[in-house]
Amino acid sequence: MSDHHRSHRPEPGSTALVHRVKGLSDRAIAWLFILPTIVILLAINIFPLIWTIYLSFTNYRVNRPNKAVDFVGLRNYERILSDTDIWITMQATAHFLFWTIFFQVLIGFALAYLINKKFKGNDLLTTIIVLPMMLSPAVVGNFWTFLYQPQIGLFNYVVSFFSGVDPSQFSMIGDVVLAPWAIVIVDTWMWTPFVMLICLAGLRSIPDSIYEAAECDRASKWRQFWTITIPMVLPFLMLAVLFRGIENFKMFDLVVQLTGGGPGSTTELTSINLKREAFEKWRTGYASAYAVILFVTVFGLASIYVKALNRVKDR
Amino acid sequence: MSFSVTEPSKRQKWFAGIVVVCYTLITLMPLVWIITTGFKSSPDSIAYPPKVVFTPTVEGYVNLFTTQTRMSPGVITEPRDHLPWYEQIVRKKGNTIVGPSRFSERFFNSVIIGFGSTFFAIVLGTTAAYAFSRFRVPLKDDLLFFILSTRMMPPIAVAIPIFLMFRNLGLNDTHAGMILLYTTVNLSLAVWLINGFIDEIPIEYEEAALIDGYTRFQAFYKVVLPQAATGIASTAIFCLIFAWNEYAFAVLLTSGTAQTAPPFIPTIIGVAGQDWPAVAAGATLFLLPVMVFTIILRRHLLRGITFGAVRK
Repeated sequence: MSDHHRSHRPEPGSTALVHRVKGLSDRAIAWLFILPTIVILLAINIFPLIWTIYLSFTNYRVNRPNKAVDFVGLRNYERILSDTDIWITMQATAHFLFWTIFFQVLIGFALAYLINKKFKGNDLLTTIIVLPMMLSPAVVGNFWTFLYQPQIGLFNYVVSFFSGVDPSQFSMIGDVVLAPWAIVIVDTWMWTPFVMLICLAGLRSIPDSIYEAAECDRASKWRQFWTITIPMVLPFLMLAVLFRGIENFKMFDLVVQLTGGGPGSTTELTSINLKREAFEKWRTGYASAYAVILFVTVFGLASIYVKALNRVKDR
Repeated sequence: MSFSVTEPSKRQKWFAGIVVVCYTLITLMPLVWIITTGFKSSPDSIAYPPKVVFTPTVEGYVNLFTTQTRMSPGVITEPRDHLPWYEQIVRKKGNTIVGPSRFSERFFNSVIIGFGSTFFAIVLGTTAAYAFSRFRVPLKDDLLFFILSTRMMPPIAVAIPIFLMFRNLGLNDTHAGMILLYTTVNLSLAVWLINGFIDEIPIEYEEAALIDGYTRFQAFYKVVLPQAATGIASTAIFCLIFAWNEYAFAVLLTSGTAQTAPPFIPTIIGVAGQDWPAVAAGATLFLLPVMVFTIILRRHLLRGITFGAVRK
């Protein structure tokens, strides 16, 4: 994806000019500089991943270390894919993913568009808007449970102020219908600024000359918006969607603190479900297979998406 | 230029400004509520309708830093003029302080682990990024992509083997273990971002330095490092914020000695149930440094966010 950036990257070959310099050889320094990073990533990232794949074919349980570990082949995978509870979890995740991205793109783009009108003080406001995404999701999520309290919560008060519904009559995180929306609201509050920043970068990358040319051709503002602004910002917007998609597929901290997956399992997203299998039920082998499936899903979806994104960019 | 087709009209600017200010006010409300709740008394914090005007008190902060217990009625009547101010606040509620709470420990753990992991991620990340940028590295693009893709894994998915590995190595619930783990997670981002910053520095500077008789090392830290300094600094802030905010690994791998603040703050409970002013006080102390940082360093941070994303 970074191909067009790579064009002005210095060619490594140009260092040949100063090939013989004092001290260690370039090759030695290159290895000295890169090896520690590779070793650490292999040890703490790749090795655990391989271990997860191995465990996924066994019936190992962390809480029963003395029990013999048997190879069970693909049984864990079969059980996961035929488990109806997993599909409920997937539906909850899909709901969360779709609506968070929908609202964040809508509000994020609108905000970026308005901020790009370059009114006085827009950079300060941008910074303030960005604040929520810098904060700890767990700590913030925990505090939102307070805002969501029926009767005393600020959120319920504001809603009842505008709608007239009694604030003690609804509980955002206790109600099976409202809880999926409660997590969407908080995630949107936190992460809209991210989409906004990426869109803003996109809007600012459009050269004025294109609009000037369109103005000469007497294209209406409306037409300019749809034929210049939107297509030019689209690659940026798609990128923002990719990042939010990956992040929200992994979503754990915010939702765990907000609802803990409840009520029932209405907000039990995949990561929360996985944590439950792995660290509460201690079905290590089963959970490992689950983790592998999730990882392959994210990776697969992201790769397909990146292909589509590149096609848009090349247009 | 006084007139341009791309310059928004005054009316447009006013409209945009007003809408954005409204959004800002709404989005700020939860944050303002966290900070103000920290200064409310318990009854004020759960009053209906929510109190905007209230008498500030540091009760929440005293509760945050101390553990308390109910007193027997006989003790309450004792004179309390000679007691320190924090004990007096607690006594009014019929409680007494029995010791410090664990909050300051947990906060300090966050500081140690946050700065420790950032330091290592930046040192390793900068050197690796320099090598990737300046030397002929076999399979360079594949390696860079591999480094980046390690961030796509859900933390919970790798948590199982890391949990097992750390248990075997005795790293569970230790500062060293958490620093190692966060270093790894941040390393991929650090290499990727810093590589971009170093790529932007013209290679001619180093070549000149090498011809002047510098060694590679000297050229690296006397020529390249100062030029990449702002980029590296903003990368460091991102690493620090990530480690500061991280929750999933922290809650799974730490429980006592090395527990950081994010898993701890939600567990703050007062003598008589959920003590929201104390939770808010903890959250304020924990979130405020990040807010202040963000505002002070806004230029670099905002640039870093878009740069990091758009580059990929």
